[in-house]
Amino acid sequence: MLLIRCPWCGMDRPEIEFRHAGAAHITRPGPPDRVSDEEWAAFLYLRDNPKGRVAERWRHVHGCGRFFNAVRDTVTDVFVVTYKAGEPRPPETGPGESQPTEARP
Amino acid sequence: MVDGFADTSRFRLVEAPPLARFVLRAPDTALKAAGKAYGLALPEALNHGASHGERGKPGARVALHLGPDEWWLIVPEAEGPDVAAALESALGSHPHSLVNVSHRQVGYVLEGEGAAGLLNAGCPLDLSEAAFPPGMATRSLFHRVGLMIWRMAPGLFRLEIDRSLAPYFVAALAEAAKDHS
Amino acid sequence: MTAFRSPAGGRIDRSKPIRFTFDGRQMHGHAGDTLASALLANGVHLVGRSFKYHRPRGILSAGPEEPNALVTIDRGGGRETPNLRATQVELYEGLVARSQNRLPGLRFDIGGINNAFSRFLGAGFYYKTFMGPQALGGAKLWARLFEPAIRRAAGLGRAPAGPDPDRYANRFAHCEVLVIGGGEAGLAEALRRSEDPACRVILCDEQAEFGGWMLVEAPERADEMVKALSARPNVTMLRRSQAFGAYAQNFVAIAQQLTDPLATTDAEAPCERLWQVRAGEVVLASGAIERPLVFPDNDRPGILLAGAAETYLRRYGVLPGRKIVILTACDTAYGAAFALQDAGAEIVAIAETRAAPGAGDIAARALARGIPVLPGTTILGTTGHLRVSSVRLGRIRPDGEAEPSGGFTADTVLMSGGWTPSIHLFSQTKGKLRWEEGLGAYLPALPAPGQAIRVIGAAAGEMPAGMRSPALGALPVAGSPDRVKAFVDFQNDVTARDLRLATREGFRSIEHVKRYTTTGMATDQGKTSNLNSLGIVAAETGRSVPEIGLTTFRAPYTPVTFGLFAGQARGDLFDPVRRTPMHDWAERNGAVFEDVGTWKRAHYFLPRRPVDATASGHAAMHEAVQAECRKVREAVGLFDASTLGKIEFVGPDAAEFLERAYVNPVKGLAVGRCRYALLLNEAGFIIDDGIIARLAQDRFHVTTTTGGAARVFGMFEDYLQTEWPDLKVWQTSVTEHWAVIAVQGPRSREIIADLVEGIELSDAAFPHMAVREGRITGTPCRLFRVSFTGELGYEINIPAGLALPLWEKLAERAAEFGGGPYGTEAMHVLRAEKGYIIVAQDTDGTMTPEDMGLGWAIGKKKPDFIGKRGLMRPDLTASGRKQLVGLVAEDRSRVLEEGAQIVPDILAPAGSHAIGHVTSAYSSAALGHGIALAVIEDGRNRIGQLLHIPMERETIAVRVVEPVFLDPEGARLHG
Ligand SMILES: [Zn+2]
Repeated sequence: MLLIRCPWCGMDRPEIEFRHAGAAHITRPGPPDRVSDEEWAAFLYLRDNPKGRVAERWRHVHGCGRFFNAVRDTVTDVFVVTYKAGEPRPPETGPGESQPTEARP
Repeated sequence: MVDGFADTSRFRLVEAPPLARFVLRAPDTALKAAGKAYGLALPEALNHGASHGERGKPGARVALHLGPDEWWLIVPEAEGPDVAAALESALGSHPHSLVNVSHRQVGYVLEGEGAAGLLNAGCPLDLSEAAFPPGMATRSLFHRVGLMIWRMAPGLFRLEIDRSLAPYFVAALAEAAKDHS
Repeated sequence: MTAFRSPAGGRIDRSKPIRFTFDGRQMHGHAGDTLASALLANGVHLVGRSFKYHRPRGILSAGPEEPNALVTIDRGGGRETPNLRATQVELYEGLVARSQNRLPGLRFDIGGINNAFSRFLGAGFYYKTFMGPQALGGAKLWARLFEPAIRRAAGLGRAPAGPDPDRYANRFAHCEVLVIGGGEAGLAEALRRSEDPACRVILCDEQAEFGGWMLVEAPERADEMVKALSARPNVTMLRRSQAFGAYAQNFVAIAQQLTDPLATTDAEAPCERLWQVRAGEVVLASGAIERPLVFPDNDRPGILLAGAAETYLRRYGVLPGRKIVILTACDTAYGAAFALQDAGAEIVAIAETRAAPGAGDIAARALARGIPVLPGTTILGTTGHLRVSSVRLGRIRPDGEAEPSGGFTADTVLMSGGWTPSIHLFSQTKGKLRWEEGLGAYLPALPAPGQAIRVIGAAAGEMPAGMRSPALGALPVAGSPDRVKAFVDFQNDVTARDLRLATREGFRSIEHVKRYTTTGMATDQGKTSNLNSLGIVAAETGRSVPEIGLTTFRAPYTPVTFGLFAGQARGDLFDPVRRTPMHDWAERNGAVFEDVGTWKRAHYFLPRRPVDATASGHAAMHEAVQAECRKVREAVGLFDASTLGKIEFVGPDAAEFLERAYVNPVKGLAVGRCRYALLLNEAGFIIDDGIIARLAQDRFHVTTTTGGAARVFGMFEDYLQTEWPDLKVWQTSVTEHWAVIAVQGPRSREIIADLVEGIELSDAAFPHMAVREGRITGTPCRLFRVSFTGELGYEINIPAGLALPLWEKLAERAAEFGGGPYGTEAMHVLRAEKGYIIVAQDTDGTMTPEDMGLGWAIGKKKPDFIGKRGLMRPDLTASGRKQLVGLVAEDRSRVLEEGAQIVPDILAPAGSHAIGHVTSAYSSAALGHGIALAVIEDGRNRIGQLLHIPMERETIAVRVVEPVFLDPEGARLHG
């Protein structure tokens, strides 16, 4: 079980208190009549699936209840940083390649 | 005492009497006014609880800061309407939300030197006094259900669980107690 | 005194004899014995049959690495555990142990016939046979001949059939330091770290006693260290506790055996406990495992690891045999030789695979004791049916082959190929390893990012020179190495020949060799075999071991019971069961419940009069539901709607938020009024529905479906916090605060009228789709004039703790009026008669409001709402989409099947495109015939058409009709 630092609580808390909530920094385009079908489809369905650092949303649902963002490495599972919803991704956190590790057969 | 729950010298589970409960959502700017009207300053630090008086006795007040803009206020059942009215009038000029949730939850006291250890059968938090000192209050989990844990003293926890999940919680705690006798 | 028990010594309690049985045979041991040591004390080496060839197998080791001695322990009353390692099973009075994988008995096993055919069961046999050319009948041969026979013969113990009567517990624990392994290094580390009283130390060891190898060599010192640790309150000592999994951020799972076999235990107490430990630092002191040597016929009972033999002698007071030959590649075997000789055994010879025996004067000391030491010598073969009886020796020539050099009779062979550090847990955390040539083993190099894990002692390669040996792989043989069976993986019956064959067939990566030969894939995960496998593949392919790679270490380190993972989550505690305040009343009144999410809801009520014994359950339900529907339509029905999700929105921007969230216009909703509301996802599809009620300018009471409550609340929280954080509005779940009693039917107003205070109930003052706050029987309530039945109706929201008395009073009154309670099935029928949809029954996540005939609900002038842009997508506005319609079978009594597919042509061949399907189907009491809702392509234009539903035995003709079957004008709503 991972530990995740909730930027609102200021504490490391066990993973099972949290819910993953998809990719972070996705802007809902609008207003509707100015959004192309392509733009809307991208908003609905198109997501990156990088090997390495990814910015994603989490909610401390069994804690303070708040949504926040996290930069996590999809290879090592290490949380690089967490920050409050609405704040920009810290520039030093990537996007970057993680250190290579052996393939997991 | 709660039915089906083995009472030992190391811990005891007692169900709370009926209480009036409110969820107050408000920005920090409303805190002073709210505390004044409530008769107890609302704790500013997140995940902290404050109280005065004895649970269920006249004048008793509890304020738990559980989310950045979320406080739970718990008072004797009979005082609920007056407390709500006082808060609404004091907060009139501040945007806020005050909602009566008196029956949403069931309250318990779990006390005894084995209380923290028993909670750790299903709660993943570090419940040592250093990591979870008296005064700390937070939502967390016990096995499959969410609950609110407020440590009032080293061996004294107040817990709040959603009404329909309370029977599961008590049964799960009783089952865990078989590993703690 | 049992035959092989030494007269003195060891840590067993000789004053406490213990009786046990093995395969029905009565034997004796002592307190402190393991099953393995007690069996050896009784002269029993043969404990099992091997997996594939059913060869007789004996006890190889004295620890968790044991590949052979797997037994079933039967504690009676369904407490039967297969596949336990006899080397780890503590002896207790009356223990019943059975050997496994033998047919019909251990000493005579017909499965041994596989041994005779072993040439055909070599590496990749399974794959080759299965994939073999059809001409040779590959797949067919497999299915008909090989698989059934092999499945019967191969395998481990049998899983018990009955429910497990034992309890399993769980604990989350936190500490500054977790020390895994209670040998000398671990104990010393725990002592050092726990000097700081603020440092919480947890120390775990898989054995019943701490001390590790010290229990063999220096038990007094172990006792002292354990005593000192036990006195420290900041130290938690977990005996019989196997750390089996190590995960990210210093999280370790430990399986602790709680049943002390020697103590009388509380029947209520759990037998195992899962520790989920979060440590500041993990210190791995897991020691090292001795490697077997790979020589022909190295698997006979009586052939065991030298360190294990020394352990049995010095810790348990057991001689594994009396006439012993030793084959070794390192010095530690000499210690075993000397101790056994001192205990009275004859050490026939020490065969040294090394050209020059080890460090210092060790060989000289052996010679001085009269033990011949034969350098550069190996074993070319052994004999003995169920136990080794002789060995043939061979001199190793410089060219790498061996030539016969005599032999000995012996009842025991001890072997030592060196020691492999136990780095499994370090590797599980993805720590980097480095190859140490001098040890013939991998060592921990660099912890993975975020891991505070340190490896100490033998596990880190800190071993005296006498333990170190670079020897790996198969020993030289005389003649072709392919003509002998030299076992590498004892548990999966993989020989050196199998591994060579795999490399000859082109397998290079050890991961592929592993899968092809199954080496290292048994329940012991190759603890004694992995490095020898690597050595063989390296030698065969002319590469170094690191070039071949290393297989992945995975949890669990040793097998863990399913019960431990299930923990408390079984029976009533498997998942929370949520009950409404009216549950007990419903139960007393014949309710049959159905699961809706985690809620129990009354499905229908079986009348208390005796049900016709010939009527099936289905008929009884049909009758009950019809009666409930009639009561609602003709008098009054009570329905427990407490499980509906309820959210209170408060704040100056509450209306603005709901206006953006739901498809409906909300800002214009007057205080005191309600609106049926539809919720979409951003794709434009219906995901929930409910009622929005305006209690005040800045306060709304919103309902959701029962199943959608948590999801919808979470979705709103997302929009509130991250999409529109500028809006000044908050939501609070009041699902559990309010119980809801729906009172529906023409007499509903009458039965509540005199109970309600402060609310004028006339149709004019309190019309359909209105809400009021007041009191009922003196209790504050929120009263809704809403209907999901098409009848005049109310929904009373009352604080949950006060709901039952009101329900009881209303039930009494309803009965007086010829009404009564109705369940969710009647509710479904009643709403279907009105064409009201149920989200997730009539919709499937791809339906729009327009599809469902609910386009009227959309606020057309709103600039935006969740799903508005989605609804504009071409696919969602295209013609020919499926639309909600009603269906009535031409045979009107017919009740269709939900999910049935619909085609336009009565002669449509199987596999034709279906233009829609039935979503809801019931027998309508009010109409006296079957009704159905369906979604059909271009459905509204097909009203009046005859369509067809092909079923298994017939095709049903159905007429498409309007989806509102009853009172389309809504006159009944306004009674
Ligand atoms: Zn938090």
